[in-house]
Amino acid sequence: MNWELMWDSLPKLLGGVPLTLQLTGLSLAVGVLIAAVAAAARLSDNLLFRSAAWSYVFIFRGTPLLVQIFLIYYGLGQFDAVRQSFLWPVLREAYWCAVLALALNTGAYASEIFRGAVLSVPHGQVEAARACGMSRWLAFRRIVAPQALRQALPAYGNEVVLMVKASSLASTVTLLEITGVARRLISQTYAVFEIFIVAGLIYLALNTLAAVAVRWCEKRLATA
Amino acid sequence: MKKTLAAALLAAAALSLPLAFAGPAAAKDWKTVRIATEGAYMPWNGADASGKLIGFEIDLAAELCKKAGVTCEIKAQDWDGIIPGLQQGKYDAIMAGMSITDERRKLIEFSKPYAADPAIFATLNGSPLLAQKTGARIDLSDAASPSKAAFEALEKALKGKSVGVQVSTIHQTMMEKHLPGVSLRTYDKTDSMALDLASGRIDAMLSDRSVIADLQKAADGKNIALFGPGFVGGVLGEGMGVGLRKTDPDLKALFDKAIAAANADGTTSKLAEKWFGYDVAAK
Repeated sequence: MNWELMWDSLPKLLGGVPLTLQLTGLSLAVGVLIAAVAAAARLSDNLLFRSAAWSYVFIFRGTPLLVQIFLIYYGLGQFDAVRQSFLWPVLREAYWCAVLALALNTGAYASEIFRGAVLSVPHGQVEAARACGMSRWLAFRRIVAPQALRQALPAYGNEVVLMVKASSLASTVTLLEITGVARRLISQTYAVFEIFIVAGLIYLALNTLAAVAVRWCEKRLATA
Repeated sequence: MKKTLAAALLAAAALSLPLAFAGPAAAKDWKTVRIATEGAYMPWNGADASGKLIGFEIDLAAELCKKAGVTCEIKAQDWDGIIPGLQQGKYDAIMAGMSITDERRKLIEFSKPYAADPAIFATLNGSPLLAQKTGARIDLSDAASPSKAAFEALEKALKGKSVGVQVSTIHQTMMEKHLPGVSLRTYDKTDSMALDLASGRIDAMLSDRSVIADLQKAADGKNIALFGPGFVGGVLGEGMGVGLRKTDPDLKALFDKAIAAANADGTTSKLAEKWFGYDVAAK
């Protein structure tokens, strides 16, 4: 173990933290929107919406994230039609390809969390609210959503932690987030063990913060 | 009692560990040599459709082992972990288009070079970069050479453009040392880099001439064109050699002898002709 090298690599690896946070934060934000739409579609009465959302979740949960990133980054770039389309300025950038893949992936998982949370609210409560004269939307907003949110939070907190770790796959498409920086440092020093340990500790610290934040939200919602 | 037993066991395990690791260090009679290659650097080394390893170095390894009188097992190992894997004893030698450089010499030992190939830039047909003349050869070890002017011209031409290199290669080192102002993208494998060049995500790539020549032969590589001078020496090293542990001098002697023999009887040149279409043997 070379302690000095580990210490020296720390500031360089910390330089990758902003990109890791951006990738994670942005894809979680976009992913929540996707998940809300997908969960609503799966719970709707419309067969077309239901089957479309089901297929989306089925595909993105059933295939590895690494494969999804490669398909979006290297796969789409091979088609002239894509390269000449208005999407290319976005898809040309490894950054947006990674955000897109991560968002679609977390969207699929989170939609299942949300769907389960909504279904966990006893149907009798909705019926009672409707009987009191609330519209479907009002009943959802006042009765179902607050309980579903509380129900979904622990599982969603887990998803946040998974996303921080999943963002490391962005290093495979040339992005220099924490893992990307680590791999470049290893290529210069060949100190696989030392540098990955420091990188791992940084992820651990980030995820500890994420877990604390989720715990705090849970507490707040429990007493509210 | 249980505690002392556990402690004793732990101590025994701790003591036996260094002994187990000391194994390959002791001088031994080499019968089998395990060689690692990347398997993604054609025509030096690659894999066919069935996953079987093929390429110049696969054939050369077989010849060298025959001459050295040892049995060889060759297997694929990802490039970015290939030196640590050697140090950990997962295999005994590296033949993966690896150039002999001072930086790598700090960690591992090298045989004599068995091949040499200049580094060169490539871009796509139609790129303004093609205005940079090809043909010249620049030796980076020669301080007084025209390399300074050449790099200034390249730096100007590459301004605002991005260049791809494979991670942990002499090409990465050359870019970082001689063209630090150019935006650099690093790739795990040459294939991924070529895909990004074809799709226009990078404007140019730097690699071994032979590797680019091989990419040009592929169906979607017709558009790839060379530009700028060829580079040798300096940070680019002294040619490709077999990577070995520092603790295996006897294995180095074995490979040095075999490489000299393969060079002398034309085996290396013959194999080079087969895989590259020209001679890459280190003379």
